[in-house]
Amino acid sequence: MTPRTTNALLYLDGVYVAFDGFRAINNLSLAIEPGEMRAIIGPNGAGKTTMMDIITGKTRPDEGEVYFDGNVDLTRLDETEIAELGIGRKFQKPTVFESQSVEDNLTLALNVDHSVRGTLFWRKTPGEVERIERVLETIRLKEARHRLAGGLSHGQKQWLEIGMLLAQDPKLLLVDEPVAGMTDAETHQTAELLKEINKEKSVIVVEHDMTFVRELGVKVTCLHEGSVLAEGTIDQVSANERVIEVYLGR
Amino acid sequence: MSHLLIRSLDRSAMVFLVIIAAVGIVVPLLNLLVPPTSFFHVPTYLVALFGKYVCYALLALSIDLIWGYCGILSLGHGAFFALGGYAMGMYLMRQIGGRGVYGNPLLPDFMVFLNYQSLPWYWHGFDMFWFAALMVLLVPGLLAFGFGWLAFRSRVTGVYLSIITQAMTYALLLAFFRNDFGFGGNNGLTDFKDILGFNVQAQGTRAALFVLSCIALVIGFLICRAIVTSKLGKVLLAIRDAESRTRFLGYRVESYKLFVFTLSACMAGVAGALYVPQVGIINPSEFAPANSIEAVIWVAVGGRGTLTGAVLGAVLVNYAKTVFTSGVLAPYWLFMLGALFVLVTLLMPRGIIGTLQQWWEPWRAQRAEARSAPATPAAQAPAE
Repeated sequence: MTPRTTNALLYLDGVYVAFDGFRAINNLSLAIEPGEMRAIIGPNGAGKTTMMDIITGKTRPDEGEVYFDGNVDLTRLDETEIAELGIGRKFQKPTVFESQSVEDNLTLALNVDHSVRGTLFWRKTPGEVERIERVLETIRLKEARHRLAGGLSHGQKQWLEIGMLLAQDPKLLLVDEPVAGMTDAETHQTAELLKEINKEKSVIVVEHDMTFVRELGVKVTCLHEGSVLAEGTIDQVSANERVIEVYLGR
Repeated sequence: MSHLLIRSLDRSAMVFLVIIAAVGIVVPLLNLLVPPTSFFHVPTYLVALFGKYVCYALLALSIDLIWGYCGILSLGHGAFFALGGYAMGMYLMRQIGGRGVYGNPLLPDFMVFLNYQSLPWYWHGFDMFWFAALMVLLVPGLLAFGFGWLAFRSRVTGVYLSIITQAMTYALLLAFFRNDFGFGGNNGLTDFKDILGFNVQAQGTRAALFVLSCIALVIGFLICRAIVTSKLGKVLLAIRDAESRTRFLGYRVESYKLFVFTLSACMAGVAGALYVPQVGIINPSEFAPANSIEAVIWVAVGGRGTLTGAVLGAVLVNYAKTVFTSGVLAPYWLFMLGALFVLVTLLMPRGIIGTLQQWWEPWRAQRAEARSAPATPAAQAPAE
């Protein structure tokens, strides 16, 4: 097959994945433009998390094309290679390294040499100190830098994980349910933070909270049974008959 | 390179090094210089016994590095220890030369007895100490590398990995039991005469081997400390706590596991090599799965993920073993060991050192706060 090129940063076409005969992803096609922020909504089991698994190399599609940055075939790479390409992921359940300090969590996420030898002899450069400082500022955990990540509140863990994404400095951020379990104030702050991040990076956000999605004010894709049901502005999508039927409810 | 070493030496590490250095100097001196009639004299058999503990401590350290810091529970680490021991044993056998019972200048006694006509190819080179010393590192290291490469690449983790490490050591046990395998079968290698020209039974040699074991323990400890205090150590903890998350940050988890597993096997091999001349025998029972499990218990008792705890646990449990297996309680030792493991797991899951650290933690945090409080405004000043 000749290497394909597209203008899209992320390009999925005709992707199928089945688990034990169950079609989790069914002819899914999606294109994310460079610099875009996209919100993905849809009922439980619509394939949102599976889609992220495919993009990050955790799950291999049975069929279909997944390209990053124009011509990099993601279906041939594993999690580590995809992370090194510049795709960062925040998980649905906040996954931070609980037995290590906030600062160490960010240090681990820095996009420096990840080889065994490079890591053994690594020393923090002034530039990296400053970067960690900036991230700590952004996620408002400066005071908590020496605390163990396991001792943070749920909302703070969510923010720390977003901070780890920032330290990783990827081109594309996949953010799975960032405001689950957050207070209204925290949800609002998170929306502001993601908009700030989107100034430099492309972002895909999976979220159930419609108020939050509305606040982001970006293009919305609604998934249902593993394929795209509707795409457009939040108003277009939430006015769509099918979306109301399967997801939003009447 | 030096920053690694400096960073690794905190106060508890210094205390540990001072204790090992003191033991490594005082015990041989009390053995060699103090007359046997004196109260302070340490008899030679005790020097050999302590030497054995130090070798076990090094084995425990190697297990703590992979289990305590990277979450790899190897229940077959005794295999690497025994392989290092066999490599040293082969050198010691070749040193016997014509002084064996059968007086064959080339073939060790068991080979003459089993009608070997010539030296098997894999016994060549073991008459040279440097070659044997190289094999002490290389054989366990290569086995661990091959084993780890297959296991970690296939993402075998947790209890499945533990089971296949057990299978590995058991397979080696069966192989080494065979007479035609060429390592003395059931009887193993024994009747050693000298090492580098010195009589292995001599008082001075025993003391020297003890000192060397202490030096090996210190070097092993420094290597482990340098690793766990570097960023590599943070990555190992990350792998232990959330392996797949670590992959999504762009770390090649299998390379990290392979690195520490191989290094750990080499350390275990050195421990085995120092153990053999001090106990005077190596036989296939060293491969017994129970030995490997016992070593894991030492680490659990002392406190995994602490390094010093592994050493303490190895010495304490083995001292208890020496005491209890020689008295009326001897038949019950395994029950006591089992009970110890159950009790530590239930009541002190962090082990001895881990529990002590937990007690110190609030006090240390207080002190750190007191120290950093006046420094904070000054540190922030230039940023504003």
